[in-house]
Amino acid sequence: MTATVTERPDQQVQPVSTMHRILARPEFGSLVGAIGIYVFFFVIAESFRSAEALSLMLYTSSTIGIMAVGVALLMIGGEFDLSAGVAVTTSALSASLLAYQFTTNVWVGVLFSLAVALGIGFFNGYLVMRTGIPSFLVTLGSFLMLQGANLAVTKLLTGQVASQNISDIEGFGTAQVIFASEFTIFGIDVWITVVYWFLFVAIATWMLLRTKIGNWIYAVGGDAESSRAVGVPVARVKIGLFMTVGFLAWFSGMHILFRFNSVQSGQGVGNEFIYIIAAVIGGCLLTGGYGTAVGAAIGAFIYGMTNQGIVFANWNPDWVKFFLGIMLLSATVSNLWVRNRAARS
Amino acid sequence: MTTDSSTSTTAIEQDTAGPLVQLEDVGKTYGNIVALRGISLKVGPSEVTCVLGDNGAGKSTLIKIISGRHPHDEGVLRVHGEEVKLSSPRDALDRGIATVYQDLAVVPLMPVWRNFFLGSEEEKWFKPVRALEVQEMRKKSKDELHKLGIDLPDIDAPIGKLSGGQRQCVAIARAVFFGARVLILDEPTAALGVKQSGVVLRYVAQAREHGLGVVFITHNPHHAYMVGDHFVLLNRGRMTLDQKYDDISLDELTREMAGGDELATLTHELKR
Repeated sequence: MTATVTERPDQQVQPVSTMHRILARPEFGSLVGAIGIYVFFFVIAESFRSAEALSLMLYTSSTIGIMAVGVALLMIGGEFDLSAGVAVTTSALSASLLAYQFTTNVWVGVLFSLAVALGIGFFNGYLVMRTGIPSFLVTLGSFLMLQGANLAVTKLLTGQVASQNISDIEGFGTAQVIFASEFTIFGIDVWITVVYWFLFVAIATWMLLRTKIGNWIYAVGGDAESSRAVGVPVARVKIGLFMTVGFLAWFSGMHILFRFNSVQSGQGVGNEFIYIIAAVIGGCLLTGGYGTAVGAAIGAFIYGMTNQGIVFANWNPDWVKFFLGIMLLSATVSNLWVRNRAARS
Repeated sequence: MTTDSSTSTTAIEQDTAGPLVQLEDVGKTYGNIVALRGISLKVGPSEVTCVLGDNGAGKSTLIKIISGRHPHDEGVLRVHGEEVKLSSPRDALDRGIATVYQDLAVVPLMPVWRNFFLGSEEEKWFKPVRALEVQEMRKKSKDELHKLGIDLPDIDAPIGKLSGGQRQCVAIARAVFFGARVLILDEPTAALGVKQSGVVLRYVAQAREHGLGVVFITHNPHHAYMVGDHFVLLNRGRMTLDQKYDDISLDELTREMAGGDELATLTHELKR
């Protein structure tokens, strides 16, 4: 309260050096972590240095990373989606079951599944905005509903816990090329999901930093009431974010379906936390209004690396979760520190 | 206050005849609770109307009606002479009514310039792919704030780093820049120290010079008397005083504000 604004230039906000700016980036901590983990496994596990290892790592990261983009955007917008993990399975199942039951072109199933996925997103968003109930509870409800429905409907229609193989149905080939193909570049086998992952991260980053919608996403997450007061359509932005998660769940579901031909109806449970963890490790604040899509991508890469690295190092894979836990805790602590510096002391 | 302020000033001069905002016998009830009843006030160009009242007097309900957050359900609200029922803050903004709230003026973690343009972003390119005019907006917000004497070395700093008075000024500057004709200020000095309050009050006077109508809500009669042209006192949802600057002294205003006789009794009780 010491500075008088009119008499002399403001002295409360000091000019910031470039170095300081880089250090204060939300994703900086996760980048340091990622490099550290890479070097660590590179040194201790010889097989980790191979091209196959890199390929596998990127693939695992991309399957998590695509969803983490949506979950990070939603988290920046101040909300959670616990149904994101099972929604992927729901998307894959609804495409597969519809195509098989009606023996129609798989693309009919694919489009039906898109409608279902966007519908789930809309349902979550609408309920959160309409009732004011925290999204944690609303999506916990839809998580349970979808988890149950995935199993029950699959059993009802197929008599087993997985959907039938749809690889001989018309249109499967083209869909497989789009959602689940593989190509080789610089001697590394790259799944197409890696390309999509980078693409979605790039689009999300551009949107967040360079568009009106991006501005609004940060605003509704940072302070919904202030945003509403200056004319930001808070409900529309948030519902849109839930539907973005729905869209990406559809995309991930399509990859699973066209890669494995059939879908296990019980899978996907627990993944919602991995998406959230990736976003948080990447510097998104649980409370909203802060974070980046690039950070979430680095978070997903850390997951992919740890997941594969522990296997290549011949450790018990049970340590993956332990490792993730450590990463999450250290990320949250450093985020807290950054936030305290970014906001007022 | 840049080029478009010259056009808006002429526009104001053209219709100085009528009040910008006028309330006639306006009331609002929430269920069976009467929050406001029989409120009549008006704000003209270059006029500061102060609304005073204790906690629970109905000040915030009044703001909500004028700023479009809750529509009124009795009486008539006129904006630029036209009878309206405001449906949202956006609606009010489009009619030139901007509200600066004491507590929810800005998004603390966002950079100053993003806050400045929030809700009214400038864009380039064509639909559906439109991008923000980032450099343009950074420059404009920096220039605008510079004119107010808020000289920020870093326009990208989160606005939460500024002091309370500066944040209020940014919020007011933003409203003026976007062509507001009427400013509703919700207790802008309540949480501020003496010097910071001075900065805000000076800026209120400046807004009046520029031809804006100001509704200044406060519970501080000293602040009100410094800038006000017209004083309205609310008590338990009703108007208990409606006076022009020339017809009332600061002492009278303070006494009325404190509840007149009640204060006398209290002084007597606590006499040492």
